[in-house]
Amino acid sequence: MKPHWETWAKEAKTEFPKANSALLPLLHRIQGEEGYLSSDTIADVAHLLDLAVPYVESVVSFYSLFYQRPTGRRIIHVCTGLSCALGGSDELMHRLEAKLGIQEGQTTPDGEYTLLEAECLAACDKAPVAQVNLRYRESVDLEAADELLKGEVES
Amino acid sequence: MSQARRYLLRNQDIPDIDRIEVYEANQGYQALRQALGQNDPAALVDMVKASGLRGRGGAGFPTGVKWSFLPDDGRPRYLVVNSDEAEPGTFKDRELIEHNPHQLIEGMIISSYATRAREAYIYCRGEFRRGAEQLRRAVEEAYRRGYLGDNILDSGFSLDIKVYRGAGAYICGEESALLESLEGKRGNPRLKPPFPAVAGLYGMPTVVNNVETICNLPPLVLNGAAWYRTMGTEKSPGLKIMSVSGPVNRPGNYEIPLATPLRVLIDEYAGGMREQRGIKAVIPGGSSVPVLTADQLDTPLDYESVLAAGSMLGSGGCIVIDEHTCMVGVSARLLKFYREESCGKCTPCREGTYWMTDVLNRIEVGEGKPGDLELIADMADNIGGKVFCPLGDAALGVVVSAMQHFAEEFEVHIKEHACPMGARLYYDTVNY
Repeated sequence: MKPHWETWAKEAKTEFPKANSALLPLLHRIQGEEGYLSSDTIADVAHLLDLAVPYVESVVSFYSLFYQRPTGRRIIHVCTGLSCALGGSDELMHRLEAKLGIQEGQTTPDGEYTLLEAECLAACDKAPVAQVNLRYRESVDLEAADELLKGEVES
Repeated sequence: MSQARRYLLRNQDIPDIDRIEVYEANQGYQALRQALGQNDPAALVDMVKASGLRGRGGAGFPTGVKWSFLPDDGRPRYLVVNSDEAEPGTFKDRELIEHNPHQLIEGMIISSYATRAREAYIYCRGEFRRGAEQLRRAVEEAYRRGYLGDNILDSGFSLDIKVYRGAGAYICGEESALLESLEGKRGNPRLKPPFPAVAGLYGMPTVVNNVETICNLPPLVLNGAAWYRTMGTEKSPGLKIMSVSGPVNRPGNYEIPLATPLRVLIDEYAGGMREQRGIKAVIPGGSSVPVLTADQLDTPLDYESVLAAGSMLGSGGCIVIDEHTCMVGVSARLLKFYREESCGKCTPCREGTYWMTDVLNRIEVGEGKPGDLELIADMADNIGGKVFCPLGDAALGVVVSAMQHFAEEFEVHIKEHACPMGARLYYDTVNY
């Protein structure tokens, strides 16, 4: 456990004092720093919010944006929704898999990229879309696929 | 084509309206001043009832009626805004929160005043990083200008708004699952009744409204219920944002008077089909509703007319499907979505969406078996109406209607052991 997590837990409980509402905000914040939520981290969060470890685990495992395995510095979500599929998202996914030498759901060995599918990202007018660390990249045709992997990113 | 004046999507006309000074310079927070000045919350509820405004998240329930279900028993009340937009084909709420967050916040303050809530939440989809940033910044600005906090504009009314981020789960757009998530739990839907109006967030009386619904409040207060009824029909008055995607020339969000014909939306607002392709089918209201066919393009886009045509206006997520697209592939892709997003609580939905996706995928790749279509119909029958929440039924809308309207296309796949449109298998992470 990192010492400042205690402060973060207090802040989450101050903003969302009722029920277990502080849990998701705290998980988001800690994952933002750690990149994922290890079982040790989950146990720490449970301790900080006075919750049972299996309970926190059950919540973490429910949501697709909570990661229980280490992630790359850049998390690439390719939208595979219907409008994006009609616009060529499957080809985009295959291109990225080939380019990175990994399959959807995996992280490159150098820890740089994690490639994930996303369900509809609500940007269907800009199909196919992707997100890099939850920042939108619109109309990503095959030529633009390489650009997805480049450039500076926010964590 | 664009209409003379936009209300909900003013961000398309006014640059930087996401900044509070620009919003204020364009009548921003005037509706709030007017609403607080009249000092009559009940009159506001009546006005919303009189306007005929209906919930824009999908169900189309009359907003004013929903508000009046709150029991008057002295318990604290909450307003929760559903910004968990994730219905395939729908992208209106994201534009509203990213590009005009103050409109939503002003609408929330007015709605909270009308329903006498002292605390309001925005449940923002976890994937909407920019949306959450915009909302948080706008909420802070609103506090600084005295539109939020204690004694708003010296009216005696106080309100706090908090922005809460989801973490990736379509089901949290269902209002009771949303409340579970907001309470820090897995997003499993709750048994209803009790409805949120009686026992919602933290067990208290709660109104859950969609982003677009609440964004109607500022123009409604400024222009009145009678103005709202000059648009649309008797039962479906007012404005609706339609999100148009697929192979049209100008995909995007369009604000239409309700009852605008589907053909006008596609041809005039969205600029018609790319390369003059023919239209095969249209999913008019998000991925959960049955398809309309090319001979139904004159259907007026209001709740009753779309229902009479065999579909639903739903969220307004309008996906246009051209003549070159395989309906088996479309159905398979949507079933995969529901498979991924089923919370897993009910067996028919959890297992049924898996199985249906599998069967649809095998038909698409030419490995369908005689009897597969009957199997799909049987599975659909075992999901529809037999699960806890609307997700299971939502999964069936497109596939069941597509099998009905395009029966031959499904059958040919099985007989010829191939997709007649030459479609290869869509990407799927599970079995194929």
